[in-house]
Amino acid sequence: MDKETKKVLFEPLVDNNPITLQVLGVCSALAVTSQMSTSLIMALALTSVTACSSAAISAVRQHTPSSIRIIVQMIIIASLVIVVDQLLKAFAFDVSKKLSVFVGLIITNCIVMGRAEAYAMKNPPLQSFLDGIGNGMGYSLILIMVAAFRETLGSGKLLGFEVLPLVKDGGWYIPNGLMLLPPSAFFIIGLIIWGFRTFKPNQVERNEFKIMSISHGEGGHH
Amino acid sequence: MLNAEKKTSKYNEQLCQYYEQFKVYRDKVLVLSNDSLEKTIAVALALCLVCAVLVSLATVALRPLQSYNKALDMKKNILDVAGLLQDNTDIDQAFKERIESKIVDLKTGEYIDSINADDYDQRKAAKDPAQNELIPVDKDIASIRMKAKYTKIYLVKKGDQLQSIILPVNGYGLWSTMYGFLALEPDAQTVQSINLYDQAETPGLGGEVVNPIWRALWKGKKVYSDKGDVALTLVKGGVDESRADAVYKVDGLAGATLTSRGVSNLVQYWMGAEGFATYLNKIRTKG
Repeated sequence: MDKETKKVLFEPLVDNNPITLQVLGVCSALAVTSQMSTSLIMALALTSVTACSSAAISAVRQHTPSSIRIIVQMIIIASLVIVVDQLLKAFAFDVSKKLSVFVGLIITNCIVMGRAEAYAMKNPPLQSFLDGIGNGMGYSLILIMVAAFRETLGSGKLLGFEVLPLVKDGGWYIPNGLMLLPPSAFFIIGLIIWGFRTFKPNQVERNEFKIMSISHGEGGHH
Repeated sequence: MLNAEKKTSKYNEQLCQYYEQFKVYRDKVLVLSNDSLEKTIAVALALCLVCAVLVSLATVALRPLQSYNKALDMKKNILDVAGLLQDNTDIDQAFKERIESKIVDLKTGEYIDSINADDYDQRKAAKDPAQNELIPVDKDIASIRMKAKYTKIYLVKKGDQLQSIILPVNGYGLWSTMYGFLALEPDAQTVQSINLYDQAETPGLGGEVVNPIWRALWKGKKVYSDKGDVALTLVKGGVDESRADAVYKVDGLAGATLTSRGVSNLVQYWMGAEGFATYLNKIRTKG
């Protein structure tokens, strides 16, 4: 694998993660991560949609009129999402029931649009495809991390297997109900971002404002 | 034979011609400036055509599998409330062998044999103006606004012996309309099980209506008091087993007052005069 491919494929995992650095796609990361099984399917669905839509958008990029380019991207993304949703309903019915509207909402997932606009419109199809896979994997990584915390602490299980024996089944662990509610994902994603930025200090954004001393007049707000 | 071959080759020729023509137009469009009006319209049309074909193909090709999954899921819910579902149950076969679907007219409590119960989709009928009826506001305890004119129930049989009566119920909880089945003993009075299979209540709180431990609390509870009123309700703070009316009370869900109230209302409505009361009465008197 040459250097460029590696960069496109693996940079979004940690160095340029769509959730922790670009802070995209947080909405679905909150909604589907209370269980590992739904997170895995969601990750797979999003990765395939991002990869295929990036490739398709990149393939027609030289003939896309700039005045309707967002619409063109949306049509391609929406069609692929519908196809994925139909496939899930046909082959993974139970999981599709649990994911309910969130598969459909991949259409509005900022990662897909973000990669289309930022990368696929300027690069050839194969590279765009890999970029989609890479960003999908970055999203998946965070989803899996969050789901691991939430399912273990919230229901004492992981993928249906008992990890922490619950009090109600004769064990010792009292499940943390907060972990099953979407806000807990905010805390966990926050902690993950904190962790990433501690190890990679260059991910910390510079302040957009400068703190001035009051004696110089106007103050620091703008 | 020869004639047919001639025909196909003629079609092929024509197709080739069309393709050549298409190529000419395509090249004409592709060289246009991207921002010209003609190109914009042409690109939009072509893209829509391709995407529409893709989406329709996927939908049409996968529909049989999807509706099979849906039907199978419903059968699973029914077998589950009937207590016939094990890990290795062959759902289709078990359903066919043990369960009989019937259509009931709630007003008269009689079976209606003119409608094929296997093809009748009650949830769809409840939303179809031709097949539903509005529930007057003062009687709409379960907050569902409308219901199907005819109701599909399921009888579980072993040989000729009736084992349970499975009734569809629905009602509004905190966030969502909960759909479920209530299974009664052949005495049309004692609860066997409840299965609220479709709901979107708060996971971990109201969503605990699917918890097997809570569902097990329903077994053996009675629906109607001696006077014939619907007495079964959910109560806060646990059931005092020593009291005489404990048989009419089920523990409410902790931290889910509104969902619990919704479940109580749904039982009150569907077991009452607007619901299955007439039908169940008939079963009881017939013995």
